[in-house]
Amino acid sequence: MNSSQLFGFTTLLYLLSSAVYIALFVFKNKKIGAAGTVLAIAGVLAQTVALGLRWEESYDLGIGHAPLTNMYESLVFFSWCTALFYLFMEFKFKNRVIGAFVMPFAFVAMAYASFAKGMNQEITPLIPALQSNWLIAHVVTCFIGYGAFTMAGGLGVMYLLKKSALEKGLTRETLTGSLPDLRVTDDITHKTIVFGFLWLSAGIITGAVWANEAWGTYWSWDPKETWSIITWFIYASTLHARFTRGWSGSRIAWLAIIGFVSVFFTYFGVNYLLAGLHSYGQS
Amino acid sequence: MAENKKNPVWELFSSVRLALFLLFTMAATSIIGTIILQNQPSNFYVEHYGANMARFMQALDVPDMYNSWWFMVILTLFSLNLIVCSLERIPNAWRLVTMDNLAAEPEGLKKMGLHRSIPLGGPLPVAVNKTAALLAGKGWKAERRDLDGATLLFAQKGAWTRFGVYIVHTSILIILIGSLIGSPRVAKDILKNPFYAFKGSVNIPETQQTDVIYSFLEGVGQLPLGFTVRCDFFTIDYYPNGMPKEYLSKLTVIEDGKVVLQQDVEVNKPLIYKGITFYQSSYQPYEDFIITVRNNRTGASTTELIPPAIEVPWKEGGARFGVINMEARGEAVSRIKIWFTDDQGEPSKFWLEPGREALIKRSTGDYTFSAKQLYATGLQVAKDPGVWWVYGGCGLMLLGLMVAFFMSHRKVWVLVSEERGKVTVLFAGNANKNKLGFEKTFAELADSLR
Ligand code: HEM
Repeated sequence: MNSSQLFGFTTLLYLLSSAVYIALFVFKNKKIGAAGTVLAIAGVLAQTVALGLRWEESYDLGIGHAPLTNMYESLVFFSWCTALFYLFMEFKFKNRVIGAFVMPFAFVAMAYASFAKGMNQEITPLIPALQSNWLIAHVVTCFIGYGAFTMAGGLGVMYLLKKSALEKGLTRETLTGSLPDLRVTDDITHKTIVFGFLWLSAGIITGAVWANEAWGTYWSWDPKETWSIITWFIYASTLHARFTRGWSGSRIAWLAIIGFVSVFFTYFGVNYLLAGLHSYGQS
Repeated sequence: MAENKKNPVWELFSSVRLALFLLFTMAATSIIGTIILQNQPSNFYVEHYGANMARFMQALDVPDMYNSWWFMVILTLFSLNLIVCSLERIPNAWRLVTMDNLAAEPEGLKKMGLHRSIPLGGPLPVAVNKTAALLAGKGWKAERRDLDGATLLFAQKGAWTRFGVYIVHTSILIILIGSLIGSPRVAKDILKNPFYAFKGSVNIPETQQTDVIYSFLEGVGQLPLGFTVRCDFFTIDYYPNGMPKEYLSKLTVIEDGKVVLQQDVEVNKPLIYKGITFYQSSYQPYEDFIITVRNNRTGASTTELIPPAIEVPWKEGGARFGVINMEARGEAVSRIKIWFTDDQGEPSKFWLEPGREALIKRSTGDYTFSAKQLYATGLQVAKDPGVWWVYGGCGLMLLGLMVAFFMSHRKVWVLVSEERGKVTVLFAGNANKNKLGFEKTFAELADSLR
């Protein structure tokens, strides 16, 4: 078995797991929920092994490096971080419905990585600029943050759905009945953002240190850097709005969604729409 | 501080509302520079946006917006906001950390979010000691005060974590100060010493040396280094698939005529000397060649840097040679044709691949030739005396964030009182964060007295 077969298997597991979580959300049949968790865990395990295999395969090719160096690999890693973080939160907060709002992201990232046109899936050697241990530190820290922010965005959507259902006077029997209490969602959203903010800060800092090692400037306002700091500003405002001005509920849910859009643009939009040093996307 | 409170400007700068507005403004305006390409020549903007729009952009410094006056104004307001806001609140945090918690009203304890009454046997002093020992056993070092018919114990953990927020806020200021210390503009315009902090570049052809570099900042030009840097050798390594694997320059630093440092410089492996850092950033191939010839019979040899189609005399060897043709793959020369004569019969003409050797037999001896295409290494050169401030600020920020997010100030009061021979122990407590976690700790603490 090689890594790409295993990644294909992972994609399938994430698809099934998403489907089960969504079914849990729609039909409120608590019994099937466990299957979603089992599938998600299986997916994460398969993906973990596949990541290890791909790492090893790169050594077999004589160009050994961590599988974090092009768009394909970064999507896979993003998916892994998101799924792993989600599972962690599921165990911590004992709530499965959230999976319906998070696991699809893990699946879509894998599916996009596997099927998008022009996605180069080959293991390519590292150009000199990427030959640095800071690469790993930078990518890992950023993507843990991205995983958390993805979850926060999903929670934001969940909150707004539930809220609007409550305002319309819909009962427990309708679609949104299975969603957790607004207060619970709000609390998890906040904790998730706090966690993500710490890692995003670390990601920006490791990136700055690396840039300084490679080019002699820790900050050059290239579009990727700029968008990462924009994202950071957005979450900093969110934290302050909540902590000092008592914002909560819908406003924080919206900010979690806006923050996620900004993360998405930092990660994706910049590569495809703007020019800059971080030219992952062109490969 | 009391009279400051009335000052509306102070009031404004101490408000989080302004902080939210400024954070939003920085996020929104930063987008501009990611959409409109920065630092292009002025006709670029005329071509893309039309003359009128281009003039408008120039007026607002849009082509270099992150250094524009208005962006600096926003950053300055933000820093002031941060300073005033923190100054305004630190005294309160200080009060919370140092306050006399034993002055708490026994009645007030019952109104706290967490409280629990437990009856306990034995006379009051025994009960007090038992409770204090229990607290100490769990790491809560209690102070005590005797009241009327009762004793109040108080213990706290993590009081200092109230300052976590201010560690974060201070770290931001430290980073900003570091960026000013390392700013080439500040060095040039304010310190009037462009050498204090600069970014620039220099190209050094192999075998050549330089003692100046060229600043990126307009109006600075050459900057003398105070020492000399020589490029001994430059090479590019490729992967089998043709992708570049490594750019490497062998650099030598010479000071007062003495070699003080020799180092291989690669991307991600810069050379640092006297606070000045040299980064491998580009290269330039020439059509010149470094050719080494040795007469194997006499042992005489020479290394010459020669441009194409120039005949070079080799006096000791009693010969002349030159490059008369070359074949290139891209910008890299794959082989050159050498013309060589020792004035004994027909000249030799032969192809030689750079990096290989050629053996030429003549009546005056056997000659070994080797050749290398001449490259110049392109180095970025930077001196940033603020970088350690920035790194220190970054480290402090991560530390502060962890304190602010994950640590809390927890307080426990225990009132041991005696009424009509019955001893009652009243536990009360609160935490400023992670209240759920503290609830558990509190319950365990109270339970363990049973
Ligand atoms: C991007 C820059 C900033 C960052 C990263 C930052 C970071 C933080 C953090 C991590 C906290 C703790 C929040 C929590 O415990 O949940 C905090 C609290 C706070 N920040 Fe900031 N901050 C920034 C800018 C500002 C500015 C400009 C102000 C000025 C008004 C400000 C005012 C406050 C206040 C008042 C608190 C609450 C302090 C308290 O009473 O406990 N912050 N900040």
